[in-house]
Amino acid sequence: MDTEPKFFETNPQSGSVGQPLDRVDGRAKVTGQARYSAEFNNLPGLVHAVLKTSDVAKGRIQSIDTSAALKEPGVLAILTHQNLPKLAKTPNDAQSKKAIGAPMGFLPLTSDQIHYAGQAVAVVVADTLERAQHAAALVRVNIAAEKPAASYEDPKAELFDPQKVQDGKTPGHTVRGNPKAAFAASPVQLTHTYVHAINHHNPMEPGATTAHWEAADRLTVYEATQGVTRTQKALSTMLGLAAEQVRVVTKYIGGGFGCKGSSWPHTVLTVQTAKAVGRPVKLSLTRPQMFTSMGHREDQTQTLKIGATKDGKLTALIHEKTSTTSPWDDYAEPNSRIINLLYACPTFESSYQLARANVMTSTFMRAPGEAPGSFAIECSMDDLAYQLGIDPLEIRLRNYAEKDPSNGKPWSSKSLKQCYARGAELFGWSKRNPKAGATHDGRLLVGWGMATASYPVHNNQGTARVRLYADGHALVQTGATDLGTGTYTVMTQVAADALWITPDKVRFELGDTKLPTAPNSGGSVAAGTVSSSIYMAAQDVWQKLIKQATQDKKSPLFRAKPADVVVEKGRMVLKSDKTKGEDFATLMKRNEMSDVEGSGNGKYGAGYESGLAAGPADSGHQDDMAGHSMHSFGAHFCEVKVDPDLGTVRVTRWVSVHAAGRILNAKTARSQIIGGSIFGIGCALMEATKRDQNFARYTNATLADYHIPVSADIPEMTVEFVNEHDPYINAMGVKGIGEISMVGVAAAVANAVFHATGKRIRSLPITPDKVLETKMVQV
Amino acid sequence: MSNHSEPTSGASELRPDDGSRRSFMKQAGGILGLALAPPFISQAERLTAFSKTVEGVSAMRLNVNGTVRTIQAEPRVTLLDALREYLDLTGTKKGCDHGQCGACTVHIDGRRVNSCLTLAVMNQGKEITTIEGLAKGEDLHPMQEAFIKHDGFQCGYCTPGQIMSGVACVREGHANSEAEIREYMSGNLCRCGAYPNIVAAVREVAGKGKV
Repeated sequence: MDTEPKFFETNPQSGSVGQPLDRVDGRAKVTGQARYSAEFNNLPGLVHAVLKTSDVAKGRIQSIDTSAALKEPGVLAILTHQNLPKLAKTPNDAQSKKAIGAPMGFLPLTSDQIHYAGQAVAVVVADTLERAQHAAALVRVNIAAEKPAASYEDPKAELFDPQKVQDGKTPGHTVRGNPKAAFAASPVQLTHTYVHAINHHNPMEPGATTAHWEAADRLTVYEATQGVTRTQKALSTMLGLAAEQVRVVTKYIGGGFGCKGSSWPHTVLTVQTAKAVGRPVKLSLTRPQMFTSMGHREDQTQTLKIGATKDGKLTALIHEKTSTTSPWDDYAEPNSRIINLLYACPTFESSYQLARANVMTSTFMRAPGEAPGSFAIECSMDDLAYQLGIDPLEIRLRNYAEKDPSNGKPWSSKSLKQCYARGAELFGWSKRNPKAGATHDGRLLVGWGMATASYPVHNNQGTARVRLYADGHALVQTGATDLGTGTYTVMTQVAADALWITPDKVRFELGDTKLPTAPNSGGSVAAGTVSSSIYMAAQDVWQKLIKQATQDKKSPLFRAKPADVVVEKGRMVLKSDKTKGEDFATLMKRNEMSDVEGSGNGKYGAGYESGLAAGPADSGHQDDMAGHSMHSFGAHFCEVKVDPDLGTVRVTRWVSVHAAGRILNAKTARSQIIGGSIFGIGCALMEATKRDQNFARYTNATLADYHIPVSADIPEMTVEFVNEHDPYINAMGVKGIGEISMVGVAAAVANAVFHATGKRIRSLPITPDKVLETKMVQV
Repeated sequence: MSNHSEPTSGASELRPDDGSRRSFMKQAGGILGLALAPPFISQAERLTAFSKTVEGVSAMRLNVNGTVRTIQAEPRVTLLDALREYLDLTGTKKGCDHGQCGACTVHIDGRRVNSCLTLAVMNQGKEITTIEGLAKGEDLHPMQEAFIKHDGFQCGYCTPGQIMSGVACVREGHANSEAEIREYMSGNLCRCGAYPNIVAAVREVAGKGKV
């Protein structure tokens, strides 16, 4: 790390980076020209596929009658477990699952077993969408149904203590110190249980795949994915092809939030369908299918014990989580991670318990673990504050962690105190009446709540290519994706500054496996990794130009040592005499160079600081290998108004202040924080998918029944960032902000509801029925 | 496509009356239950003035963004699918296909309509405007400009529907305050959570009276 160039050093004053540049892809998006994955209509002979899914959650397929469907005009094929072209590998065994990188250890249409409601049982292909839909309705599937297990609450579901959860990344049990003894000896003891509903990501663009076999061994897939490389790996492994034989393209993606972070069954099924019919095939999931095709945030219960001294200092944290997983996988969000490190506490214990039920495997959803984990600890910290008569903000300052309590390491940077202070100032926190249930606006009850946010810097790395033309334009390429987070825009800004040109001279391309490999846009790694890759590639360009200059007799830098030449404001100059030098255009024109190309590898997180952590991308568990603990921090402040008769909760004011290293674009970053906060408000107040406990089937799998926030639910929001310099995390000093934006949001809302009503609601979402039936707590 | 033109005589009398959900239900019933539901036969007859048959594939003429184009499609094809799959106007998005998200919002005779809740066959002879028809050449519509300026989107998938709704919201006179804009824009879901920015964009355009 020490020898690598850093943006802070080469660009002490940034030009475009940090500015609120309008989105460079904005025009394409507001004119309808941006093409998403189901919109490549001009492929030769493109046909439509639809999924036929099981209504039954457990059983065995007895027969499938396709005769009526096949007689319909335009129907080309119906694929079932009986005739799906064979795959080289399926994720149905643990080893293959790992090789594929599959999120789920079961692929539908590989056996007659039904494991969950909504499981695909057939793919119907026809020349038009309407014909495919109609034919699918005519397919008769006879399933011998068995009684399913619906959730961890179902007595039929087998409960067990997993060795590890989250695909092996998090241990099932962790102990630090002697928390049980510390808790028993604590003068203040709180034990509370928190319930979290099933949540679904529901990006506005449903999952979609367009598969085109250009030859028997050459496949192009237009896929709604957060990572083209991960999809390429999954498909090539399952198909038995070399990676380069599979091209994955994602130029625009209509949101992901985690559900498009892995390659789910419908993708490979579409690919196999295209192979079977010998034509390009397009498949879009329906909205109801989105609830059973791309994972969800699992239903879960957490019990958190907090031990504290009488002046509010934590002595023990004991966390237990029970949640539902699928028949094959041990997936649970790692809630304990944030509880272990958010506050200075000498002892800690966490354990996970899982129940196997007839549901698909749950998956990462925006801030997996951090979001529900923060709900538990941030509500309990609020309880502690009220119980001891200490301001909720003050209780957090008393337990401020000056180093990472989970591993004793110093933080690479932490500006949480500044976030608290600025947030409190913007919100007017000091004017808060400390008593719950005591602030009114007419007949409405008014409450103010706050919560801390934190999200890790996950180790990752990626590459980029930069081609600088003699005319001062640049082509910048990497196989990243832009989920709407602003990747197109912020990377254009980074390239512009790194090359000392203006953003309008940069053309940035992403979303294609033909480009250099970038990580999945997930775990908030994209901004830090991709920006550093581009920055490093630009440094490579400069080094090539410097070498050229030092070998060019006509250059003022002729015979200088390359190490003695630096780039200053776009000119290559001698370190010792900065009047000696020239700009790249002069050098390139004199040497008749049309362009010069560089590539660079950007490391994010542990791998940047420590060579020990350098390894394959997407390895979150390597985070601990660096000398520093790396996290973003922030604080949310919330005002709610509660109708005491109807139990309705409205968020009426919102302030978020975050510190996340260098902010690449003030406008898109603000939008991301607003968006994450709204995502969290949905989780806090309305989002819940209900699984019928008899049939293990969702009862509200539509956007009319699964409520997400609408415009009328959301007030004006205030967002600020604290300036933060972090030299340990990557060459750009950037931390991600996609997920921290929703961490602590549900707790801030719940804490505000408590302040308004004196009612502590520990079950998400906080719906009117819960507000009405919960009793007031006397504090 | 260019050799097809609008029906010349009696077009306005033959047009189904509006794009509301109620008339959709009536018209859909009229098509599907043609023989069984005598009260709707006249409705079906009105539609056949444009498409030769009510079963199987027939030619339909759709006036989209000022150009009349002909597609060969079945009467069950929604306007949304006609735009996306038959006319390759993919700017109009499918988020739910059930009128629950607003991503497919277009203007029909100047009114905002969820194009997934109306059949293409019902919209012959009407003026359909999609996101692709909003800009004048290279000049963006003020609402499009305001969405870029205020960052009224992230992923962009709900954006065409939001913009079409935003334009209609202002024209309807429902953009007089932020609260009113929030209410009248609540039929368009945005999962990225750009709502405050969308409200700012609509408010700016309403304030300038440029729609």
